[in-house]
Amino acid sequence: MSAGMSMHASGTEEYQAVFTGATLERLQEILTRYPNRQAALLPALWLVQEARGWISDRNMAEVAELLGLTPAYVKGVVTFYTMYHQHPVGKNFVQVCTTSPCNICGAEDVAMAFLEHTGAKELGATSPDGNWTVIEVECLGACGFATPVMINDDFIESVTPDKVPELVRKYR
Amino acid sequence: MGFPHTPHPRETLVLSKHFGDTDARTYKGWVKRGGYEMLNQALAMEPAAIIEEVKASGLRGRGGAGFPTGLKWSFMPREKKKPHYLCVNADESEPGTFKDREIMRWTPHGLLEGTAIAAHAIQADVTYIYIRGEFTEAWDIMERALAEANAAGVFGKIKIYLHRGAGAYICGEETAMMNSIEGKRGNPRIKPPFPAAAGLFGMPTTINNVETLAAVPLILENGAAWYKGLCLSNPKSTGTKLLSVCGHVQKPGNYEVTMGFPLKDLLYDLCGGMRPGRTLKAVIPGGSSVPILNREEAESTLLDYEGCVEKGTMLGSGGVIVFDDSADLVYQIMRLARFYAHESCAQCTQCREGTAWTTKILERILAGQGKMADLDLLLDLADNMTGKTICVLSDSCAAPVVSGIKKFRNEFEAYITGNRKPVIAA
Ligand SMILES: Cc1cc2nc3c(=O)[nH]c(=O)nc-3n(C[C@H](O)[C@H](O)[C@H](O)COP(=O)(O)O)c2cc1C
Ligand code: SF4
Ligand code: FES
Repeated sequence: MSAGMSMHASGTEEYQAVFTGATLERLQEILTRYPNRQAALLPALWLVQEARGWISDRNMAEVAELLGLTPAYVKGVVTFYTMYHQHPVGKNFVQVCTTSPCNICGAEDVAMAFLEHTGAKELGATSPDGNWTVIEVECLGACGFATPVMINDDFIESVTPDKVPELVRKYR
Repeated sequence: MGFPHTPHPRETLVLSKHFGDTDARTYKGWVKRGGYEMLNQALAMEPAAIIEEVKASGLRGRGGAGFPTGLKWSFMPREKKKPHYLCVNADESEPGTFKDREIMRWTPHGLLEGTAIAAHAIQADVTYIYIRGEFTEAWDIMERALAEANAAGVFGKIKIYLHRGAGAYICGEETAMMNSIEGKRGNPRIKPPFPAAAGLFGMPTTINNVETLAAVPLILENGAAWYKGLCLSNPKSTGTKLLSVCGHVQKPGNYEVTMGFPLKDLLYDLCGGMRPGRTLKAVIPGGSSVPILNREEAESTLLDYEGCVEKGTMLGSGGVIVFDDSADLVYQIMRLARFYAHESCAQCTQCREGTAWTTKILERILAGQGKMADLDLLLDLADNMTGKTICVLSDSCAAPVVSGIKKFRNEFEAYITGNRKPVIAA
């Protein structure tokens, strides 16, 4: 998984199954780790998100079918966990921790700097060029390295507003 | 601080001895440093003998509750009639806490070794290491280390798998974690039954924190008496503790000290004190779920389980959050309440409504629209949120609110009386 891992597009494209070939093999290996199929749900959803960038209702139905669950059950689980995207996000998904320990070290300014430099006007909105979505998240578990930021799957520590332009250039 | 990290001379390097040393991350490098020898010896030992040794060491859970580890292991059925499971809690999401990530990043084999020893001690066939979804780097390092160790065949019959979380603080609560591994929403379960009787997949299960398990090989290597001797204050708190220090200190980071170390020395000596021209205002010593200390209390606290309780707070996970005189505690307490409101699994009314309402009232105060009666309302709400729910997330939200109002009431009042300008829009 890398920064350039490409995220998916419109949602209106023709549906293609995720679990074929190598991905299906990975799921089959994962299934051997658990005493029942349901327990492979979180890993299966990760495989979908890795492949498509988000998890559509069709994908939930596909996972449900493979694991012997109902689509409604799968949706209930997907909605519980904040890291699963139920909608497409920008090519670069930026998560800035603004919980207290980072907050007192200026984390809100870091989030604002990302909004400014990426052209994503509001938290949670995607920039007009489709390249950036910036959100605030709760504690990323790296509070001594304020402010930690995740850009896609990359975990970046000690981000200050003045470092934001360079990061934006790097991922653009 | 970043790495390579130069340890402070007053640190006691036990778990963090190899932090910053990339060679220790590899299987070969770990073995070169004596790694996996204790696992080999442990696999030849009776499970009960390992449990006795860990009991004698005084090791207590580092995930927050401080429950004696050997005693917890002894709750598992001795006579094995069903599969047993071990879950390793690497969900580390408590604001202020960032030690388990460091253990996984630098000494993945140390964690795996402790995990396998624990699995043998409780006769677990399968272990899941539940790593929070955001820890991508730690995940990659753990995955590589696990593959290397499996290739070398060090675990015998014990199977260890990594399981990735997906963004939910509550999954750090042990029964929520078991549901999450089972492919369910991460709702905590009503106890009893306790995990040792009916846990993961309904089978006897033990859950331990990363830091707890990382200490186990070292206890076997150096002996329970050695570990017990690592104690500066109360003999009920033994060993070393990784303290994650964040917020307003000159040198934030992880510091490993012997139990009972003075908080004052941690802040002013190891962490380099406050920024120039700033003074200490408050400290939350054990992750955001424990009561806030004011300056006087903080400067006289000894960092062990009893030392923190003596000051009306808890050692918790050892996440030390430091606020200097520039911090707006009302705003920060609102942020913490908002965190708990966001993370509530919403099963219990007191928690679901209480965390949301608490946040709303604090926002109202910060917007300059609070009333004096709001403070009593907050305390009343907190009372209703404490000790009445399935898990303690609800109590955790109340802790900073109650201690904050008690110790820093004037800051709340300043917003209410208009002596302080509103900081958020109504
Ligand atoms: C809301 C909540 C969140 C928790 N989060 C964590 C966590 O992130 N990591 C952890 O090790 N323990 C966490 N705990 C504590 C665990 O439930 C459990 O006590 C611990 O993992 C047991 O391991 P130990 O005995 O080795 O400390 C949490 C508890 C609660 C109530
Ligand atoms: S206290 Fe809150 S987080 Fe815990 S079970 Fe109840 S609703 Fe869920
Ligand atoms: S509060 Fe920001 S990483 Fe923990």
